Amino acid sequence: MKRLINLRPQRATAITLALLPFVLVLLAYVSFSSERLAANPNDKLLPAVTSIGAAIERMALVPSKRSGELLWWVDTAASLRRLTTAVAISAAIGLVVGITLGALPLFSAGLSPFVASVSMIPPMAVLPILFIVFGLGELSKVVLIVFGIAPVIARDIQGRVREIPRELIVKAQTLGASTWLVILRVVLPLALPRLIDAVRLSLGAAWLFLIAAEAIAATDGLGYRIFLVRRYLAMDVILPYVLWITLLAYTMDRVLRFVSRKAFPWHNMGASV
Amino acid sequence: MSTTVPLIEARNVWKRYGDNVVLERLNLRIDAGEFCAVVGASGCGKTTFLRMVLGEEPPDKGAILLDGQPLRMEPDSERGIVFQRYSVFPHLTVLANVMLARELKESKLVGRLFGARRRAAEEEALTLLAQVGLASAQRRYPSELSGGMQQRLALAQSLIARPRILLLDEPFGALDPGIRHDMHVLVTDLWQAHKLTVLMITHDLKEGFALGTRLFVFDKVRADPQEPNAYGANVTYDLPLNRHSPVLAPA
Repeated sequence: MKRLINLRPQRATAITLALLPFVLVLLAYVSFSSERLAANPNDKLLPAVTSIGAAIERMALVPSKRSGELLWWVDTAASLRRLTTAVAISAAIGLVVGITLGALPLFSAGLSPFVASVSMIPPMAVLPILFIVFGLGELSKVVLIVFGIAPVIARDIQGRVREIPRELIVKAQTLGASTWLVILRVVLPLALPRLIDAVRLSLGAAWLFLIAAEAIAATDGLGYRIFLVRRYLAMDVILPYVLWITLLAYTMDRVLRFVSRKAFPWHNMGASV
Repeated sequence: MSTTVPLIEARNVWKRYGDNVVLERLNLRIDAGEFCAVVGASGCGKTTFLRMVLGEEPPDKGAILLDGQPLRMEPDSERGIVFQRYSVFPHLTVLANVMLARELKESKLVGRLFGARRRAAEEEALTLLAQVGLASAQRRYPSELSGGMQQRLALAQSLIARPRILLLDEPFGALDPGIRHDMHVLVTDLWQAHKLTVLMITHDLKEGFALGTRLFVFDKVRADPQEPNAYGANVTYDLPLNRHSPVLAPA
């Protein structure tokens, strides 16, 4: 028998092991749910899988009586629009600030402590300020997410840029590169895959700030809906919404990973030059 | 010593890091076309001297002159370099790595060439790649190459910038003995074909003797056993070597 640290699963075993926790949670849910429903058919806490299915159908396929909209899709579109806008803006800010601070010591000396301090401000604490300044519309939600994740991305990129071997920067200069061209042809391409990694890691936080902002002030969106139906203990809506959000977040993560692998084949080749 | 102005001249150069005196009273002259090998124990200032010639470190005292003029204190395309590691760009293919110098020189705004100028650069890069024996690997990324191939690439990449001085910082230190010998043949060919002046750091004395037209030995002249860092190193031997014969025995 090999040591545990040396045991590696075959492909089939790996897939089975990966599915196992999901199946176990599902089974546990179904059994607890049917137990509670047997005791009280009106129990709302753990609705049966069939009533969750009915709720999904009602939200996703039947136009709302009040507005005539398919709420599920309206909420999804609103949330995704806010999230992608904010993440794109954050990535752009993070990239520019991170490269500037990482590659130019003069700028780093002036701005690093400032950026480090700003990134320590709890974004939720400034949410009221954002609402006061930017109003309750789309802008304040996007700004909250940007405020929450752009400094993190910037600091990550700054660190990554500083990790670029000094030799490469010197080498580029001996090949005739100006500061601008060192950044454009060496630092930027080396930072881009890191940017995707940083964005992937900050997606969780981005969703957190999105749901929080929507819960507090919105008229549509996935977070808004969850907090709205909470008043009626509508677990049959909340649970599928949570699963849907999880699926969306997971898909984004996978898409970004795929993009990184396709666009930067050299990044995933392992050997560090 | 020649009476003309040497290509590189160090005049009474001192360098210290904190209490650690690395180099003291360093004087040397290197003429164009020489192949100078620098050997010495670890920490005797070989690499510090190379970094000063590169313009990465200023001397604390004294001066380093290029053509009799004070050296520009930052790296530029007069002085090419091949490091032991991290000498090539991991995000560029072999061909793009070699073309880079032309793109950087000819396109100051975007650093990229298009159309006929791009084809001209590609052609020159392919010629150089053929010289170093990498023509068939042009579409691969550096991480797909062996250590020896990466150093060949680094040489081709430096040479396309037409440096007057080629600095080699233990370039073959991480390679297998057989490959190292191939690299010695290659670097000799390139030195002659491109009429370069080479300054090579090595910790392999045999390599220094095999390649150089001149061998500098860096060592401490004075030593204080109570305070080993109090005195810096200097050139203790400056040996002119006769290398017109095929001295390249396998290492």
